[in-house]
Amino acid sequence: MSLELIIIAIVVAAASGWPGLCLGRASVWSERIAAAMMSAAAVVGLAGVVAGICSDARESSGFPWPAAGNSAIGVDALSAFFLVPVFVIGALGAIYGLGYWPQRLHPGSGRKLRLFWGTLVAAMAVLVVARHAMAFLLGWEMMALSAFFLVGTEDEREECRRAAWLYLVATHVGTLALFALFAAWRHATGSYALQPVASDALGLAQMNTLFLLALVAFGLKAGVMPLHFWLPGAHANAPTHVSAILSGVVLKMGVYGLLRFLSLFPDPPAAWGGMILTLGMISCLLGVAFAIGQHDLKRLLAYHSVENIGIILIGLGLAMLGRSAERPEWIVLGLAGCLLHVWNHGLFKSLLFLAAGSVVHATHTREIDHLGGLSEAMPWTATMFLVGAVAICGLPPLNGFVSELLVYLGLLGTLATHGGSGSAAAVAAPVLAMAGALALACFVKVYGAVFLGSARTEACERAREAPATMKGPMLFLALCCALIGTVPVVVGPLLDRVVATWMSSGYRAHPELSSLVPLRAVTALSLSFVALVVVIALMLERRGRAPSRSVTWDCGYAAPTSRMQYSASSFAQMIVRMFRGIVRPRIHDPAIEGVFPLRGEMHSHIDDAVLDRLLLPAGRAVREWFGMLRGFQQGLAQHYVLYILITVLVMLSMQIPIARVVTRMFER
Amino acid sequence: MTANLIHVLLLLVMPPLLAGVINKTKAWFGGRVGPPLLQSYYDLIKLARKSMVLSTTTTWVFRAGPVVTLAAVLMAGLLMPLGAFDAPIRFSGDPIFFAYLLGLARFFTTTAALDTGSAFEGMGAAREVTFASLSEPAVFFALLVLARLSGSLTLTGMLHGPMGGFSAATAAPLILVAIGLFVVLLAENCRIPVDDPNTHLELTMIHEVMVLDHSGPLLGVILYGAALKLFIFGALLLHVLAPFQTGVAWADWLVFCAEMLAVAVAIGVVESIMARLLMRRVPYLLTGALLFCGFGFLLLVR
Repeated sequence: MSLELIIIAIVVAAASGWPGLCLGRASVWSERIAAAMMSAAAVVGLAGVVAGICSDARESSGFPWPAAGNSAIGVDALSAFFLVPVFVIGALGAIYGLGYWPQRLHPGSGRKLRLFWGTLVAAMAVLVVARHAMAFLLGWEMMALSAFFLVGTEDEREECRRAAWLYLVATHVGTLALFALFAAWRHATGSYALQPVASDALGLAQMNTLFLLALVAFGLKAGVMPLHFWLPGAHANAPTHVSAILSGVVLKMGVYGLLRFLSLFPDPPAAWGGMILTLGMISCLLGVAFAIGQHDLKRLLAYHSVENIGIILIGLGLAMLGRSAERPEWIVLGLAGCLLHVWNHGLFKSLLFLAAGSVVHATHTREIDHLGGLSEAMPWTATMFLVGAVAICGLPPLNGFVSELLVYLGLLGTLATHGGSGSAAAVAAPVLAMAGALALACFVKVYGAVFLGSARTEACERAREAPATMKGPMLFLALCCALIGTVPVVVGPLLDRVVATWMSSGYRAHPELSSLVPLRAVTALSLSFVALVVVIALMLERRGRAPSRSVTWDCGYAAPTSRMQYSASSFAQMIVRMFRGIVRPRIHDPAIEGVFPLRGEMHSHIDDAVLDRLLLPAGRAVREWFGMLRGFQQGLAQHYVLYILITVLVMLSMQIPIARVVTRMFER
Repeated sequence: MTANLIHVLLLLVMPPLLAGVINKTKAWFGGRVGPPLLQSYYDLIKLARKSMVLSTTTTWVFRAGPVVTLAAVLMAGLLMPLGAFDAPIRFSGDPIFFAYLLGLARFFTTTAALDTGSAFEGMGAAREVTFASLSEPAVFFALLVLARLSGSLTLTGMLHGPMGGFSAATAAPLILVAIGLFVVLLAENCRIPVDDPNTHLELTMIHEVMVLDHSGPLLGVILYGAALKLFIFGALLLHVLAPFQTGVAWADWLVFCAEMLAVAVAIGVVESIMARLLMRRVPYLLTGALLFCGFGFLLLVR
């Protein structure tokens, strides 16, 4: 039942853009039909997901695939869990698009965007239900190509085209690794089916090769720290609701792939868990360090995705260590934290991107230092962004805290063991804490600079609140964040079921989540915290007399202007300086000379460590070396014939038995 | 039950007294009489009766800041065991809840500061979040040490240590952690050598400058919240420094109050005999605290 519903949803989603192609450019119906079809697909798909989780049976069905035997698709709790964000964000983004990218304002690109939006959502759903390498690759490639066209929606801008090309190159390097992975998988197990292998079927070298290939392929998609270089550009230049689904859902497909693959291996070596954990720590800390120096609102949010993927990987690494050390409680806590953070990040990052999109929509700029004071004109958007900001910092009583709590508890739990990898894993806890504090600094900066204070440019003064089609999706996401945050007991049983699916190969009996984490206590405490805030606010409200208004205190200065505010760059300056060894800011300071210095300018810029400092210079060097060969290619037919002659002569000369000729010469 | 009632009562009533003790100590060092011990209480009562002046640029965030901060700090106070007694609320993982509640308080204090659109307040907020990003991992290293030593994941269990108290063999990591935590206490509560609560130059402040535009009852809420935070950090530090117990309930409460006042005196002494650091040196001090706690953890890893 559940699989049929999901297949219907996939077909409807994939078809959602087609009616629009048949209608004219001016028609407003194309976008409405697309949004309605996406919503219908989401409702049907989510019904299928609920049916799949409730029935507890692992549905699967095969279909013939000429080239590679029978292919198969199926739904289990893990697939169902990842389908939820796909359908939810898919539908919300389509509705948001009605207000953000209306057909009448974007006649050229609107239909294209909706077509690929539909195929992107459908492709991700296919990928998640695939149980066979070919179906998986089909979904993977469709997803990558749809996302490429979505990133390149505004292909008249050069920056946008560059970002799209970079994305295409990166994703295909990943696909290449995936091809290698599946070929090696076929070689090792004898089939393309993604089924668990027996514990003694694979040698250690084989397992390690498969693991490293999977790590590169899925790590590139997920944006793990050294492989994240394509991410900030792509997420910054896509239309904002596309950024939301790229950051919130598409990255998670990499995590899904990794989870699915790791579940197939029996007895993973401890080094795997350690490696994932280390990568997680690096992504977490460096992601936020790079984020804090950004001036572009959407680039900043994109770097935060790297940080959150780091948190997800820390959870996964802990779970893998638990499997190696045979500690079911590490697996349950680590994996539950990892999974819940997948959902949570999908929710709050989409919320933040949608709110940022509403800002971009109103002011036509992504520069944080050109914004300011928007909460006056856009109170709704400002509140939604605040909810997202508190959630992404992992602060109670919102959802980010719950998943981080699970990971922390797992990490602290490793301390109870003596010796081995346990205590080393616990070091991730202070790293996570530092990343949390830096994320807080970063979001205080963004929220303060964009929404608080007074407007820095005219564009902000003219800003107007977003239309209802944009507000609705934001409200829905914010309510989800609040629900998971204040009443985390609701997700406990669901997580238990997914964890059981993932662990099913090795462990029959494992502790339930509720016995390891006091979710009830967190629920009670979060709710009473909200109550406490309300009580204090009411007490103040009743006590306080009507306030009088005046200008902000500036040491008695009577005419403060908006340019006297602390800018976002200044706010981040101390932290950027703390990390200057890694982020390497390029700062151009003005020269101040004389009693009455002239007008000066100050710039600061942060390059991406991998792209701008490693890949691009390497690419230039390779181009230079190959440039030396360019002299041979003059375009003259005579030259080419000459090359052919030389080649033939060289090949003929191979036939000469030189060694024998030489020895004969000396014999004489 | 009685212990919980006394806990809540002490938490609500005692914190402003600490500020009085600190000021008296500083006055004694300076050869002055100083303000009365109960001056902070008088200030709070006075502020509660006053009316507010709000800046024209501010929004609801400005007023929500102190409220959320106070609520978060109060909640954190209910998780912190005082002296020999258990905390009223305790569950596995409450140290993380505790740390993140203080994070929430910081988030709202700093956003409220930025809401005024003043450069001074922006500076204060930037300093606050920057320094916190170094003190936070120090606190977590300290938590790791305590969790490892006690084998417990609740604040009460971690701070009271294993049955029969901490053994002498664990003294070295505990001393390192105590030093680290004392520095964190000074930084988090904006005392000398990190911040000077009595300075009169906006450019050099951290906490005081963030609340420049708050007035009347809101300022009262902020001052009260800051006192509470100092009290909570003091209680945390006392568990590591002086885990003395008599076994008799009323005597234990008395011991706790006396120790808490002693911490206030110690802070007063530090403030009297030290000058504040250059602002750009503060990160080094906090990195030092982080290293102390980190080495405390390393000593335990075998």
